Amino acid sequence: MTRLSTLDLRVAPRRRRRERIVRLAFAAAAGMTVVISAAIVLSLVGNALSFIVNVDLGALWSDGWFPRRGHYDIKTIVAGTLIIAGIAMLVAAPLGIATALYLSEYAGRRTRSLLKPVLELLAAIPSVVLGFFALTWISPNVIQAFTDAPLFSMASAGVAVGILVTPLVSSVAEDAMHAVPDYLREASYGLGARRRTTSIRVVVPAAVSGIVAALLLGVSRAIGETMIVAIAAGATGGSLFGLNPLEPGQTMTAAMTALAIGSDQVRGAALTFESLFFVGILLFGMTLSLNLASEAFVRRVRRHY
Amino acid sequence: MSAAASPSAGDLVALRLRGGGFDWRSYLLHGAMLLAMLLALGILLVLLADIAVRAIPVLTERPLDFLTSDLSSRPARAGIAQGLVGSLLLVVFVAVLALPIGVAAAVYLEEYAQDTAVTRFVRTNIRNLAGVPAIVYGLLGLAVFVTLLGLGKILIVGGLTLAILVLPIVVITTSEALRAVPASIREAALGVGATRWEMVRSHVLPYAAPGILTGTILSLARAFGETAPLLMVGAVAGTFSAHGGLIEQLTGPYTALPTIVFNWAGQPQDEFRALTAATIVVLVAVILLVNGTAIVLRNRYDRRW
Repeated sequence: MTRLSTLDLRVAPRRRRRERIVRLAFAAAAGMTVVISAAIVLSLVGNALSFIVNVDLGALWSDGWFPRRGHYDIKTIVAGTLIIAGIAMLVAAPLGIATALYLSEYAGRRTRSLLKPVLELLAAIPSVVLGFFALTWISPNVIQAFTDAPLFSMASAGVAVGILVTPLVSSVAEDAMHAVPDYLREASYGLGARRRTTSIRVVVPAAVSGIVAALLLGVSRAIGETMIVAIAAGATGGSLFGLNPLEPGQTMTAAMTALAIGSDQVRGAALTFESLFFVGILLFGMTLSLNLASEAFVRRVRRHY
Repeated sequence: MSAAASPSAGDLVALRLRGGGFDWRSYLLHGAMLLAMLLALGILLVLLADIAVRAIPVLTERPLDFLTSDLSSRPARAGIAQGLVGSLLLVVFVAVLALPIGVAAAVYLEEYAQDTAVTRFVRTNIRNLAGVPAIVYGLLGLAVFVTLLGLGKILIVGGLTLAILVLPIVVITTSEALRAVPASIREAALGVGATRWEMVRSHVLPYAAPGILTGTILSLARAFGETAPLLMVGAVAGTFSAHGGLIEQLTGPYTALPTIVFNWAGQPQDEFRALTAATIVVLVAVILLVNGTAIVLRNRYDRRW
């Protein structure tokens, strides 16, 4: 009689070796993502540092963003970015949250299965396309119909960025409302509340962390949006400091694009090349902190339910 | 008697339950939400219709010539052949590079990795990478591939940059698809003595395949429409002549459809407006087709366990 031991249950050496190799390859793939993050941070920090060292610090707080003349006024491009992100959120917040509430609380199964793909298709439209749309349709038909703004303005770019961000806000907010457990709704209905009261007084407060997360994510996406502002906000060469949304304006991302496609500047003067990375690290820092804050709010939702 | 004059208790209860008449605030909320939905839908329709109308002159007069001609500064001769070839090569490059690595990383994180601090860090890192603005990936490509490795502004560099850009998205969507496969499927494989890799290959991946496929198709569509990073790593803005074999294409100057849209959108002449719109029609047609296919695939293979 042969006696079996645990040794007999061991996998044959060839299978075990293959197992080890596969596991190692998979782990390396996961490790790649960390390498990418490190590469992003290092390449940004390296070039941005040498920009800070070489630039005349007074040029960082002057009358405007004119890299060709050595004026790198940070407040100009930060203000432009925040104005456009603000306009975008004026569009995306009501539109996104209302859509989310409708899809989560009101729409039936059939309506949902029709409307969700439409939102997904809207989300799939590339941002260059929305930029062209902002310039050729939104600006003349919406902005210029009510104001005397020029064709290129921060307002029209901002509205287009808002349209771009709406599906994102809506889908994250809807996830949060979906996560609200049904017993809260049932309790509300049981007390005689109608659907409006249940939605506004029960579901929205219960999902508020997720809605805030959706808005933060929207702001982050709006700040990082490039092509719409590069096409429709004007001010490709440079811009004076300005806060009027009905004027052309310069954002951080549009400033980077302008630097990159005026390739003579990027290749030629070392300082303008490095300024690209300085703006990049500013942008990276802003979006990263917004994303981290958004994730903290999402975690709060998960902890509650 | 007096009982006939005063309403009965039953009527009083019915009146109370109806909430005292017409509830205009409920209708207001419902109306506002419907308006938001219609606005989102309307914007998509207006955008598609407006661009289609603008594209009519080019698409009716010389549809084939437009698709097969090279870039040109003369609107009557300009075409998007180089953009079609460039975009196609870029997407193939991204697919070959990002999909295997992304799926492998997701399999490691979901099927192999224990829940340690390191794993949690890698997961958080991937989520944050997905939120990094596209233009920052362009800076990474510019700093590492163009400048540090000295590859110059060639198609391979654009492909590498886009592959890095979509990698986190591929990991996240694949992870979701893997998580949707119930534990009992895994236990069935392990129970008959499969090793972990055998379990993944024969049980988990086949069941997760539809989800992985739709996720990766969507990320390829994203790469197809991405513009900002390509501008950073030098997709050509002007005209160029690149013909010849695959190697010359990969290592030469290149352009892509969204880059062409951006360049032509910046041209003041009306003829270029029509050319831009026609290019957008081609770009959006491909993207909507791909996204529509992905949505249909998902709905067909959506399993509820």
